[in-house]
Amino acid sequence: MAGLRPALAQANAALAFALALLPGGCARSPAQPEVLHFWAVGIEAEALADVLPEFERTHPDVRIEVQQLAWTGAHEKLLTAVAGDATPDLCQLGNTWIPELVALNALEPLQARVSGSVLIAPGDYFSGIWQSNVLDGVLYGVPWYIDTRLMFYRSDLLRAAGFDAPATTWPEWLEQMQAIKRLGGPDRYAVLLPLNQFEPLQVLALEQPEPMLRDGNRYGNFRSASFRRALAFYHSLFRQGLAPALTETQVSNVWNEFGRGYFAFYVSGPWNIEQFRRRLPPGQQQSWMTAPMPGPDGPGVSSAGGSSLVIFNRSRHKASAFALIEYLSQPAVQRRFHQLTGDLPPRRSTWQAGAIAADAYSRAFRVQLERLRAVPQVPEWEQIMQAMRTMGERVVRGEQAEDEATAQLDAEVDEMLAKRRWMLARQAAT
Amino acid sequence: MNRAAAGWCFSLPAMLLIAMFFLLPVVAALLLSFTDFDLYALADPANLRLVGLDNYRKLLTTPIFWQALGNTAWFVVLGVPLSLLASLGAALLLDSQLARFKPLLRTALFAPVVTTLVAVALVWRYLFHARYGLLNELLAHLGVGAVDWLGDPDWAMPSIVLLAVWKNFGYNMIILLAALQAIPEDLYEAARLEGAGTLGRLRHITLPLLAPTLALVGIVTVSGYFQLFTEPYVMTQGGPLQSTVSVLYYMFEQGFSYWKLGYAASVAFVLFALVLLFTALQLRLTRRLGQS
Repeated sequence: MAGLRPALAQANAALAFALALLPGGCARSPAQPEVLHFWAVGIEAEALADVLPEFERTHPDVRIEVQQLAWTGAHEKLLTAVAGDATPDLCQLGNTWIPELVALNALEPLQARVSGSVLIAPGDYFSGIWQSNVLDGVLYGVPWYIDTRLMFYRSDLLRAAGFDAPATTWPEWLEQMQAIKRLGGPDRYAVLLPLNQFEPLQVLALEQPEPMLRDGNRYGNFRSASFRRALAFYHSLFRQGLAPALTETQVSNVWNEFGRGYFAFYVSGPWNIEQFRRRLPPGQQQSWMTAPMPGPDGPGVSSAGGSSLVIFNRSRHKASAFALIEYLSQPAVQRRFHQLTGDLPPRRSTWQAGAIAADAYSRAFRVQLERLRAVPQVPEWEQIMQAMRTMGERVVRGEQAEDEATAQLDAEVDEMLAKRRWMLARQAAT
Repeated sequence: MNRAAAGWCFSLPAMLLIAMFFLLPVVAALLLSFTDFDLYALADPANLRLVGLDNYRKLLTTPIFWQALGNTAWFVVLGVPLSLLASLGAALLLDSQLARFKPLLRTALFAPVVTTLVAVALVWRYLFHARYGLLNELLAHLGVGAVDWLGDPDWAMPSIVLLAVWKNFGYNMIILLAALQAIPEDLYEAARLEGAGTLGRLRHITLPLLAPTLALVGIVTVSGYFQLFTEPYVMTQGGPLQSTVSVLYYMFEQGFSYWKLGYAASVAFVLFALVLLFTALQLRLTRRLGQS
């Protein structure tokens, strides 16, 4: 079977080549351009319209058809495309979805092409984000932009509470939050950790030495001392009244509330730089800033999320698709792309010039990008994180004690990973 | 060609279509529910296992499924009577001589049915807002403390019920209104001559003559309310504390977010069995009431 596929692909390519020659031989029109199907999601797809013409100008024989997906439906659409044998040539892929598509045998390994490329230098990429594209030693994607979580904070409130700089450790952070809460009184809070998001607790858990899954990602590891520390810290923020037990939809308008001082710290992602810049009045622009995540006892790590560019293994235009990935990976193009989208570029050299190098709000992200940690790469991860989120909510709302909650979560996660264990055992047996 | 054969010929295309696009998928889903079809099975059919009734067994031992079932039942118990009362009240109002501007009123009361729930949810989220919401402002005027409508696990489902009733009562109202208008006026006249008051006429003429329609509307509403999904999906995403996760919401999450199609199919069939059971019970009840 393994030998048959490439042979078929070669035959296909030869046939396509022959067909491409046919009209060229007798007709006046130039050879049909090669059409690349490129799926992109959300605003990145819109920004492509701005950067792609340059690529098409230098590659006159390639035409790119971008299809724009919505984040809400992208996951379903990709899985159905794989099931229905209708995948595009290349695609923007959330990097936590890579394990799923690898499990479906849908992605083309890229190591050989990257090794032969002069434009893509793996060493120039922030290592945490690069690693999130490597699964069992095989490279499946080239990072396109990074999504991570860090702190947005009200510098004026922090100063009023008696601190010049944001904390770098959990104990310091706790002290700052307690001081801010004392100033704000019962109707204001120190930090917003929305209960409908798993990211805040996930980041705190990533700060800890032990991973969230154990034994080769076969079992949940939420009863470990590491996760228990993260959960205890998270829980204490709510118990001490530093964080309100709210979901983001209940807050309705987080930007307004941040401006009003309803909370002083907010753990969120890079897209909010633009939002705060636009939605806070000019008079308040000097009173907020970003800071890297504090860790348990020193500067902390954060999650290595974001999107990668991947090639599907059923594509018949892999060389051109890779040429496009190379083009989009150049620092100059990435800088332009950052201007259009606000996305954080994954290469160090991209950060050395242009608007992004001068932007004060992005500086903390630049620091954080050197300290990223990838989450365990299993297809079940999303589901595990949702279970972790509801567990966190039960603890925060006092429905369950921490011991009982983590034990139950481990049991649930072990159940989710049962099929994975069965498959790994079967693979080991053959 | 005899009449039966002609009949078959005419209905065959429709029946084929129904068989292909309705019956076949249902049978396929039933078979699916006896397998562990998931992401891995999609990649390679060799990863598919026949698991018999394991999905159902697992389902019945999963706490969140029971919670979803409880939430759905609570929604039905609370929502159906409220919805029917609202529909009946609105229909009686529109049918009475007291109401003015009937066409305008009818359109206004029907409007929520044809609005998009996703857009309406945005408005309702503001109405329910714990600090700035209109509802809490009204409560404050009455001297009642603020309620955290969507944030309190005990209040979230009643809030969803309020939204659902407001959104849906207009549809049943139209059906009931049509039935009301079909009641002959001379019955009321005769009753009036016999000295029956407003309540007496409602109890002895309107309600008995409306009973078949009410039964139908009741059955349709119950089976519709069992399939609660969109309201929690757009308002609360199942929270807080999973107090608004319905059976269908749970199925969607398992099937389409996590791609565990075998397991999700078993959820669908349990829900189907429940709806079937309740509809049969209601039909039997209606028939018995009709006989007595």
